[in-house]
Amino acid sequence: MASKQITPTRMELTKTKRKLVTARRGHKLLKDKRDELMRQFLELVKENMALRQKVEAGIQSANKNFVIAKAGMDEATLNTALMAPKQEVNLEVDQRNVMSVNIPVFDTKTRTADANDIYSYGFAFTSSDLDGAVKSLADILPDMLKLAETEKACQLMAAEIEKTRRRVNALEHVTIPEAQETIKYITMKLDENERSSQIRLMKVKDMMLEEAHRYSERA
Amino acid sequence: MYRIAVLGDYDSIYGFAALGLNTFPVSTHEEAGEMLRRLAGGKYGIIYITEALAAELEHEIEKYKEQVIPAIIQIPGVSGNTGAGVVSVKKSVEQAVGSDILFS
Repeated sequence: MASKQITPTRMELTKTKRKLVTARRGHKLLKDKRDELMRQFLELVKENMALRQKVEAGIQSANKNFVIAKAGMDEATLNTALMAPKQEVNLEVDQRNVMSVNIPVFDTKTRTADANDIYSYGFAFTSSDLDGAVKSLADILPDMLKLAETEKACQLMAAEIEKTRRRVNALEHVTIPEAQETIKYITMKLDENERSSQIRLMKVKDMMLEEAHRYSERA
Repeated sequence: MYRIAVLGDYDSIYGFAALGLNTFPVSTHEEAGEMLRRLAGGKYGIIYITEALAAELEHEIEKYKEQVIPAIIQIPGVSGNTGAGVVSVKKSVEQAVGSDILFS
């Protein structure tokens, strides 16, 4: 406390008291925000993990299928087959606000509605393994999109939680104790000043009475 | 209107082209970094990147973590699952909670 210069006046006291009230309210609000964010984050991150495991397993098996497909035909044919895709995926990005964190909401639109447009080749020169491989990848795509959404949301929320936690801690351990200490210091100082002026007045009164009545000479 | 990009070595990502995602095969580290910057600054809302490549570009990816767009998501490549994707999920738990209490 001694490190900071505070003028112990009534005005300073009122100001500090007001600051303390604000800090207390901010602390409570931020704590509530942190708790709610944490609750939602834990739910989301569990979903994220489940999705990730599912997607990773899916892509892995799709990759295996692709390797088999590649083994069954020559490279040039495969490259040609996948060179000009028929399908196109467009992404609509919306934002949702969760406890003042903006998280993205993805919505996809395929160029054509036909699910079979993922096969961008004639079936004459390619092996059937390729069809299966492409299909297995297409099946995992919706989950991949959901994964992107939840994982991004998790990252953003984690950053926000960290920030909020820092603020809560700063208020709880620095700002509020400091204000309390200042209030205590000013009150003590003011009380001390009041007592000292009281004593001075009593002393002066004694001296004036002495002057008027000459008690010491009569005794 | 955004698009979806897939970044990685050719063997890992060529299948995604058939689905209508935009694939960007890269082979070298520098090329990948350059491409990632271009994609992230452009019209791509989601960028899927192979785990092997993401490990090399960790520094670059970190920069986009706090932006809403793009979402950079790691996927396993053809050479196998390195577990980096799971680790990054655990990392965000650690960042939020202070320690990994869910998946340790």
